[in-house]
Amino acid sequence: MIFYLFRRFLTMLLTLLVVSALIFVIINLPPGDALSNQIAELRAQGEAASVARAEFLRTQYSLDQPLWMQYLIWLGAIPGPDGYSGLLQGDYGWSFEFDAPVSEVLGESLWLTVVVNLAALLFIYAVSLPLGAIAAVRAGSWLDYFIAIIGYIGLATPNFLLALILLYYGQRYLNLPIGGLMDPVFEGEPMSFAKLKSILAHLIIPTIVIGTAGTASMIRRLRANLLDELGKPYVATAKAKGLSPFKRVAKYPLRAALNPFVADIGNLLPSLVSGSVLVSVVLSLPTLGPDLLAALRAQDQYLAGFILLFVSALTLVGMLISDILLAVLDPRIRFGGRGK
Amino acid sequence: MSRMDEHYVDPTPYDPNADADTGGARPELDMPTGKLIRRRFFRHKLAVISALFLGFLYLCLPFVELIAPYGANERQADFLYAPPQGVHFVHEGEFVGPFVYPIQAEPDLVNFKWDYVQDRTTPQKLRFFCSGSEYKFWGLFEADTHIVCPAEGGTLFLLGADRLGRDVFSRLVYGARISLTVGLIGIAISLLIGISLGGLAGYFGGWVDATVQRMIEVIRSLPELPIWLALSAAVPPQWSPVAVFFMISIILGLLDWPGLARAVRSKLLSLREEEFVRAAELIGAKPTRVIRTHLVPNFMSHIVVSASLSIPAMILGETALSFLGLGLRPPAVSWGVMLNDAQNLTVVEFYPWVASAMIPVMLVVLAFNFLGDGLRDAMDPYS
Repeated sequence: MIFYLFRRFLTMLLTLLVVSALIFVIINLPPGDALSNQIAELRAQGEAASVARAEFLRTQYSLDQPLWMQYLIWLGAIPGPDGYSGLLQGDYGWSFEFDAPVSEVLGESLWLTVVVNLAALLFIYAVSLPLGAIAAVRAGSWLDYFIAIIGYIGLATPNFLLALILLYYGQRYLNLPIGGLMDPVFEGEPMSFAKLKSILAHLIIPTIVIGTAGTASMIRRLRANLLDELGKPYVATAKAKGLSPFKRVAKYPLRAALNPFVADIGNLLPSLVSGSVLVSVVLSLPTLGPDLLAALRAQDQYLAGFILLFVSALTLVGMLISDILLAVLDPRIRFGGRGK
Repeated sequence: MSRMDEHYVDPTPYDPNADADTGGARPELDMPTGKLIRRRFFRHKLAVISALFLGFLYLCLPFVELIAPYGANERQADFLYAPPQGVHFVHEGEFVGPFVYPIQAEPDLVNFKWDYVQDRTTPQKLRFFCSGSEYKFWGLFEADTHIVCPAEGGTLFLLGADRLGRDVFSRLVYGARISLTVGLIGIAISLLIGISLGGLAGYFGGWVDATVQRMIEVIRSLPELPIWLALSAAVPPQWSPVAVFFMISIILGLLDWPGLARAVRSKLLSLREEEFVRAAELIGAKPTRVIRTHLVPNFMSHIVVSASLSIPAMILGETALSFLGLGLRPPAVSWGVMLNDAQNLTVVEFYPWVASAMIPVMLVVLAFNFLGDGLRDAMDPYS
């Protein structure tokens, strides 16, 4: 088990390394960089002092180096000029667009992104587990069709539109707050019960919106798995022995059907995270989404690069957790090496 | 002894083929596969309806200029945010044929918007197969024929007008051209990469397989939308709309192939062990020939299904990118570009018809999903 975990962790790190290189290349695809654009602009306005500052930043953050050097410096594998030490040393670089260190620009939005995605994940499991189970047990009934229709609609509606619509009607009829992650009153306040309540109220719509698409596919998957399980002879035996209907489903078939349900987290998480980026732009949540959009538009490479890398790391860690959970849940995986 | 003589003998001559016709336990399995697939597919009502619906839409694409009453970027400055005009048939108890009531803008100085009042006294009859605004058909020759146009001097906003006074219905029709083809081009790219990489991995195995597997893992762990965003932000803004359109389709296809490659690989791994592949190899067929003529036809059905299930994701992807302003940009018209106008709550509250592009998006995505499900069930007729 420990060996399995170790190997899994090592693959994750390697994947992350490749991903970081890919991301760095992608954000450097457009010609020029944030600073050379800024410098050209400042030159046009004739502001010599600012030009000098931008030129200084440019050498400071090694934007004048060849691409592979820039990458290594960004990563922190080789030291940059004047003490810029790179990601591995915990220096996320400078945001040229916001004129502040990346870590300062992002600040709270890092953990808020994690919170929003975690909430959406919990929502997906909380909704799709009972619905999928009901759909399988009552396969072919109107309830089954009703759940299928809801699922299909969730699958087909573009997330951002659902966000807009829910935002409007939620505010109008349920008095749910609009936009942001907390009441403006609590902005910058220390954590308190009232603040937490405000955050939770603001989380309702984003969670539902980000969760819907994933919920739809999860329900379908669980339904299919459980249907397969329910047809097996041991279920008939359980019925013949007089087990209560609930126990008959929940005790063995549901457990067996849960296995792929957990494994699917690997498919679910990337789509969840990317969905949340879009939704947070629409709902103006202070997560990474709006920052990423701004950074990409301004070619703010360290900011964009760090956000993309963080989001990818989030997905990879999620996959790692799902693998660990699977190993815990399923002895066949846990003892896979020893069985032979 | 006499009982032996009584036994019954069928007077008709023995037909040796009779047994073969009726004796098969499952006669339907002897049908050609194509026929079986078709029969099974037609049993899936929703999939058939979806196929017809999508077929109809794609057939319309070459003729959007005829179908739309107005041009995609034609402005009617007097009708900003005009509401939909209902088509009526009966005017004051008298049948007139399809007509609309003219609308007139009146300023609402409290909410600072235009209010539109219907003039219920003068019905404006619609014209059919009429000459309206001019366009260049297929970019080749000038024409001005439309299937339906407003009355002379009148207007026809079936789904209202948008911020600049452009007819939403016409824009929907024009937008279909881009929104519906973006998925097809994207899936073509994805198929190309997926089949070739999956094919290489499955056929050669060994280090090729290991490399492709690692590539799949890396691409699959990338969060799709942020990477799409980053890639489309790299598309130079000065490119022509057509070039941007192709670039966006390619970007959408670039991240989609891993699932396909994985499916092709695992299918190939099992097919490679079959005798007919060994036979072809022993005869001396080259790998490309073995893959093309012996292996690909065997997993074609699988590919068709995954393709039809991937297209909706790409359509939604285009919508999302354009919605954020990083995909296609005006003057190009796609459903995503149209939804870009519906970004704020004011629109949802006062002018919901501007967001009507979401309905075709949902219908098309649903139809592709149903079609894919139906195909998946049908492609495996022996189950």
